[in-house]
Amino acid sequence: MTRPAPPGPAPTRPAATPAAPHRHGAHHPAPHRAASLMRRILPHPGVSLIVALVWMMLVNRFAWGSLVFAVVLGVVVPVMTAPYWPDRAGFRSPGRIAGYIGIVLIDIAKANIAVARIVLFMPKRDLRPCWLTVPLDLTSPEAITVLAGTITLTPGTVSCDLSEDGRALLVHCLHAPDPDAVLDEIKTRYESRLKEIFR
Amino acid sequence: MTALAEIVVALLLVVGGVFGAVGSWGLVRLPDPMTRLHAPTKAATLGVGSVLIASMVFSWFVLGRPTWHELLIALFIFLTAPITGLFIAKAHMHLSWDRRELPRAEPDTDWATFGDSAEESPMVRAPEPPPRCE
Repeated sequence: MTRPAPPGPAPTRPAATPAAPHRHGAHHPAPHRAASLMRRILPHPGVSLIVALVWMMLVNRFAWGSLVFAVVLGVVVPVMTAPYWPDRAGFRSPGRIAGYIGIVLIDIAKANIAVARIVLFMPKRDLRPCWLTVPLDLTSPEAITVLAGTITLTPGTVSCDLSEDGRALLVHCLHAPDPDAVLDEIKTRYESRLKEIFR
Repeated sequence: MTALAEIVVALLLVVGGVFGAVGSWGLVRLPDPMTRLHAPTKAATLGVGSVLIASMVFSWFVLGRPTWHELLIALFIFLTAPITGLFIAKAHMHLSWDRRELPRAEPDTDWATFGDSAEESPMVRAPEPPPRCE
């Protein structure tokens, strides 16, 4: 979740240096060089798209000048932040992101109603707050970040910390008479879906 | 059409107000800081969310002016609310919980805020207060 920023420029991944396996491949180095150049100009194509889109929404009214500036921002911002985020977030099936967002939005609405009922009607002595350790199967930092954010936004749980080796989350439950059920819900409802989305 | 939109806007504003009030009431009523953290991270989300939807409906259907700012506000709230919650929780863990009271991560590791790399954190080693200038 919190990854220390590398001191220097972004370390290039092995895929970006195609020189070695193509000793006599002078016929077709062009696609590789083009891919490497694209990687340098657009280190995170998804981020570029989102930055440009956010700028257009911020302007709030379509104009060609804003579109040009949006594209400029979409190129410049990811290039400048690339040293802090050397790897790409790998997606396995990005098509499921929309479904995941839908589920989380519905759960946020449910969480609000559940928490509101606890706040308004539950006597203090019946409240059963507890800490919970959630062992993680996810490995990519992006996926863990999304899971931690989801846990905080949804029913009666707040994610509080990550273990040092990044393999468990510390979660606080507002009212959990049965902590195993909460753990089970986090694992099956959110983590399994994130495992399918992220590589 | 306009009348319908206005009814929807009014309903959403009432819902938003109710959830905002419940979130604030939770902050007062719940017994300790860790449970208090739950009320504003959630009740506030739906409260602010319905006010934003109301603003959007009003702007699109009553004023007839398309606007996208509300979506951005919602996006940034969803991005920042968990991070605020996380940092308040971490600060609270350091200030009023003993690490032995928390569940262990695994037999051989500790939570990140208590780990080796956290020794240099300004939160763990409180710095000397700056000299007072007279």
